[in-house]
Amino acid sequence: MIPIETIGQVAEHYDIAVVGAGPAGLAAAARAAELGLSVLLADENPAPGGQIYRAITTTPVTPRAVLGEDYWKGGALVDRLRPTNAAYAPGCTVWSVAPDEAGGFELGLSLGGQARLIAAGQVILATGAQERPFPIPGWTLPGVMTAGAAQIALKASGLVPSGRTVIAGCGPLLYLLAGQLAAAGANIVAVLDTTPRRNWLAAIAAFPDFLRSPYLAKGLKLMAAARGKLPFKTGVTALAAQGAGKVTGVTVTRGGATETIPCDALLLHQGVIPGINLANAAGCAQHFDTVQHCWTPTVDEWFASSIPGIAIAGDGAGIGGAESAALRGEIAALDAARRLGRLSEAERNEKAAPTQAELARSLRGRRFLDLLYRPAPQFLAPPADETIVCRCEEVTAGQIRDTARRLGVTGPNQMKAFLRCGMGPCQGRLCGPTVVELIAQERGVSAEETGYYRLRPPVKPVTLAELAALPPTDAAVKAVVR
Amino acid sequence: MFRPMHEAKPAEALGFTFDGRALTARAGDTVAAALLANGIQACRQTPVSGADRGPYCMMGVCFDCLVVIDGVGNRQGCLVPLREGMRIETQAGRRHPDGAQS
Repeated sequence: MIPIETIGQVAEHYDIAVVGAGPAGLAAAARAAELGLSVLLADENPAPGGQIYRAITTTPVTPRAVLGEDYWKGGALVDRLRPTNAAYAPGCTVWSVAPDEAGGFELGLSLGGQARLIAAGQVILATGAQERPFPIPGWTLPGVMTAGAAQIALKASGLVPSGRTVIAGCGPLLYLLAGQLAAAGANIVAVLDTTPRRNWLAAIAAFPDFLRSPYLAKGLKLMAAARGKLPFKTGVTALAAQGAGKVTGVTVTRGGATETIPCDALLLHQGVIPGINLANAAGCAQHFDTVQHCWTPTVDEWFASSIPGIAIAGDGAGIGGAESAALRGEIAALDAARRLGRLSEAERNEKAAPTQAELARSLRGRRFLDLLYRPAPQFLAPPADETIVCRCEEVTAGQIRDTARRLGVTGPNQMKAFLRCGMGPCQGRLCGPTVVELIAQERGVSAEETGYYRLRPPVKPVTLAELAALPPTDAAVKAVVR
Repeated sequence: MFRPMHEAKPAEALGFTFDGRALTARAGDTVAAALLANGIQACRQTPVSGADRGPYCMMGVCFDCLVVIDGVGNRQGCLVPLREGMRIETQAGRRHPDGAQS
């Protein structure tokens, strides 16, 4: 592993560029480098691991039981990359991926306040997942954070919430986080479970498969540990964060009764969805996954996207968890090596076979979890008009519903033109799913038919100085000089 | 709002300022984590309503931890490692043509 510290150390060309150093990106980069290919692994975080193995090489949390044994498995992925010749660039943002004239791709990078354009023959996007937006009244108040944010503060900095802490939402990660924070000494005054009871009806058909899954033992352990020690409240049907300037409490409705629980921190979580911005901006086709209930880039069995030469590995192409992400990275790297002529099709197939078998095993039971922990409709499309949906431009659910109805807006791109939702710095990451949900509901059509934002590079802000300092290509000069 | 857990590995302390206040945090923290560890919940005001906001996702997605670092605005505090002597300031809401901020 060759560490890259300045933008000048990045080479002009790599066989493969991997974006994101979570499990999928680490495995893809290691596999490609082991095959003798030149690899750039670019990651915007300061250290490898992605979110699930965040700070795996630097965490100050020493008691292993706090983060659990699954976390420490991440170390092996970094150890595998170390002896290779892959270039690893931490703190490096990839803000654009576009086809170049040589049949490969041009990548726009920023590192340490300087930008560069480099070339790569193949691109593997391993940009991972983000937490599904959880729009409730007051979710923009300081002191309201995602559960994942608290987990990152714990893993990377050894920080725990210092006051009365409420955790709310649904999904296996909610129980994991509750357990981790409790083990780290946080004062958890309530765990508010929003899992709709009727989800069991939809999920039960997938239960036999789940019984044979690697999730089962893990899941039961998490549940038992969290439920035994923590003040759980199930059947929550409405939530609102209270406070002026910062959160001071959360109003909870369950069984028709409403109460307010005073708190200093409110941690929200209702599952994770693929982070699709870079794939979408690169022009990769996507579809609405009705089981996982989210927009997902469309990939084949080798994780190749609709654009030949761009693969999407890991949770960025559908949620499967850390173990499956690493396996998917491995498979995508083998196919990229085949496209580059390093492996024949037969060699690729032979090398991939054991990994594909392991992948199938690791994904068994996933469907049950997806169906059981699908968020309730009122937490996907907030019924209270005053709920902010677009955090950047402060556009409310009421405005979106009203505009959809009165102006007959058919999709999120048109909505963006009218209301500016999705136009702020987060580029729709925190409002896109909700805007789609609200328009679909208002029009009585599916999310698939409603569509998603058409995103464009740069997918992260780049300063004018960075852009101006880029060397102009002949094509760029011809485009403006007459 | 956050405190170090008791068993955390000790690390070197770095000095920095937030809106002129001298503070310290752990080497290895991001700017956003350093602010949370010092009890600072709000680090920007929105350009639309001027409402206070603080770190929300800590992973580069939400842009609610935007701050001014050493004079450069709109930096994502959760992605920037803290350095000794950093001058961190609240990212004020809307800019006006005359240079004043609201």
